[in-house]
Amino acid sequence: MMKTRRFLGKLTAGLVAASLLSLPAYAAPKKDFKLAWSIYVGWMPWQYAAEQGIVKKWADKYGIKIEVVQFNDYVESINQYTAGAFDAVTVTNMDALSIPAAGGVDTTAVIVGDFSNGNDAVILKGKDKLSDIKGQKVNLVEYSVSHYLLTRALESVKLTEKKDVSVVSTSDADMVAAWSTADVTAVVTWNPLVAEILATPGAKKVFDSSQIPGEIIDLTVANTDVLKDNPAFGKALAGIWYETMALMSADTPAGVAARTAMGKASGTDLAGYEAQLKATRMFYKPADALAFVRGAEPKVTMQKVAGFLFDHGLLGNGAPSAEAVGIEFPGGVTYGNAKFVKLRFTDTYMAAVADGKL
Amino acid sequence: MRLINRRPDRTSWLLLAALPFVAVLVAYAMGSAVRLAENPADKLLPGLTAFADAIDRMAFTADKRTGDVLLWLDTGASLARLAVGIAIAAAGGLLVGLSAGLLPYVRATLAPFVTVVSMVPPLAVLPILFIMVGLGEASKITLIVVGVLPCLIRDLMLKIDDLPRQQLIKAQTLGANSWTIAIRVVLPQILPRLIDSIRLNLGPAWLFLISAEAIASESGLGYRIFLVRRYLAMDVILPYVAWITLLCFLMDLGLRVLQRRAFPWFEDARAGA
Repeated sequence: MMKTRRFLGKLTAGLVAASLLSLPAYAAPKKDFKLAWSIYVGWMPWQYAAEQGIVKKWADKYGIKIEVVQFNDYVESINQYTAGAFDAVTVTNMDALSIPAAGGVDTTAVIVGDFSNGNDAVILKGKDKLSDIKGQKVNLVEYSVSHYLLTRALESVKLTEKKDVSVVSTSDADMVAAWSTADVTAVVTWNPLVAEILATPGAKKVFDSSQIPGEIIDLTVANTDVLKDNPAFGKALAGIWYETMALMSADTPAGVAARTAMGKASGTDLAGYEAQLKATRMFYKPADALAFVRGAEPKVTMQKVAGFLFDHGLLGNGAPSAEAVGIEFPGGVTYGNAKFVKLRFTDTYMAAVADGKL
Repeated sequence: MRLINRRPDRTSWLLLAALPFVAVLVAYAMGSAVRLAENPADKLLPGLTAFADAIDRMAFTADKRTGDVLLWLDTGASLARLAVGIAIAAAGGLLVGLSAGLLPYVRATLAPFVTVVSMVPPLAVLPILFIMVGLGEASKITLIVVGVLPCLIRDLMLKIDDLPRQQLIKAQTLGANSWTIAIRVVLPQILPRLIDSIRLNLGPAWLFLISAEAIASESGLGYRIFLVRRYLAMDVILPYVAWITLLCFLMDLGLRVLQRRAFPWFEDARAGA
C-alpha cells in the first residue's frame, strides 16, 4: 500500500511538472526573436526581406536573431502569438484588438504597413446594387474584417445584419469553391480571392474597402513587454521593413524583381500582385505612416471597430462595454479603459527610421 | 503473490479510476493559476470562474444578436445532422452488407468497390463534395454517410462470414429459401452486431460532422468551436468539448442499452457460449 501511494505521488508530480514545463517562457532580455506572418498583399515583404538577407542584416546590426515564420492559417498565427510562442505577428487592427489585446496580451503596433483600399469587397451574384443583398445569405469568414466590412456596407444603405441578411460562416480556403455552387449568392472576402471570384461570370462587386478608407489597417505588432525589454527588436523590425519598402516601391529592375517574387509567393504574378497593390494604400515611406498614425483617423476607426467587436461579443469574457479594452495612440492619448490598455499604436520605431536614428 | 493476481478492492478501484481525472484537473488548475498570475485576462487556460461565466452565457442566456440560446441551438443542429447521417449509413450498411454478405454475385460486384472506397479519406474529397451537393445541410450529412457507410458494410460482411456455416445448411435442409434465410436466420443475428459497429463509428461520425461544420455553417457544435477559435476563447471551447464528449458517451450508452433490451441473448453469444 505504501509503495502504491508513493508511486501515485510520483505520477501526480510528473504530470504536474509536464504541464508546467509546457508553458511558454515570459519576456526577459533575450537574443532570439520570432515573427509570424501569413500571406496577404501587404505582408509579403516579410518573406522577401528574409530571403534577401535584409532580416539578417538588421538583426546582426543589433546583435540579435530574428526568425521569420510563415503560417498558412492566419488565425493560427495570431493565436500562437497570443499564447506566447511568437514575439511579433502580422495582423489587422481589428484582430489585434479582439485576439491578443482582449486576451490581456499587451500589444504594440511597431509598423503601420498599409490600409485596405479596395482589397476587401462585397460581391453579389447577378445583382449589381448593394441594397439587393437584403434577404440573402452572405458567406464570409465570420468575425473577420470581412464581417466588419459587411456591417459598414449595410449601414451605408440603412440595412442591418440582424434584420436584413443572414451570415453563413465559410472558411476562406473554401470561398472560391463555395462561390461556384448554386446556393451561394453573396460573399464578402479579400484579395486574392476577390480577384478570382470577380473573374467568374455574373460576379458583381457592390461595395469595397475603398469606400471606408483607413478602417482596415494592416500592422506588424509585437509584444509590448518584449519590446520594453528589447528595444533593439523593434528597431530592427522597422529597419528591415522600410529598407524592403524602398526596394519594392522603386521603379527599377530590382523593384520589379521584388514585386515579381512577392507576387509569385502569393500565388499570382507581377501583374496580379500590382493589381492588388493598387487596391492597397501602402505606406512605403515612414513619413506617410507617421502622418496616418498621428492623425485623427485611427482613433475614430478604432472606436468603430471596438463597437463592432463589442456588439458581437468579441471583447472578452463579459466585457461590460465597447470601452473594456484600452487603446493608446501616439502622444499618449487613450480610448477606453485606461487601466487596461492592451493595444498601443506607437510612432517610436517608424519615427526612428524617418529621423535616420537607427 | 504474483502481480497479475493482485486485485484492487472496491475503494482503491474507485480511487485509482479517479486518479487520472484528478491529475489532469490539478495540472490544469496549476497551469491556469501560473498564467493568470502573469495575465488575468489570459485566454489560453482560463480559470474556473471564466468557465462558469462562459457556460452561463452559452447555455442559459439568450444571444444578444439572435435571441437564441446558443448551446441548445448548436446541439440541436449537430444532433439532427448526426442522427440523419447515421440513420442513412446504418440502413444502407445493413442493406448492402446483408446482400453482399449472403449473395456471392452481389459480393463479387460490390466488395472490391466498397473496399477501395473505404480507403478514400472523406475529408480529402470534401471540396468535390461541396461542388456536387452544395454547402447546405445535405453536404454535411453526405460527409457523415460517405465516411461511415463503407466501414459498416465491410464490418457486416465480415460478421456474416463469422456466422457458423451449419446454420445456413440446416436452414436449407428445412426448406428455407434465400429470402427466408436472410430475414429469419441472418438478420436477427446481424442487428446487434450492427449496433456494435455503429458504436465504434460514433467517433468518426462526430469527426466528419465537426469538419463539415467548420467549413460552412450557421450553427452546430463544431461550427461554434471553429468560430470562437478565431479569438482563442478557450472558455467556450473546453466546455463545448466536454459537452460533445458527454453526448458521445450518452449515445454510446443508449446504443448499449438498446442492444441489451432488444437482443438479450447477444451477451452470451458474444462470450462464445
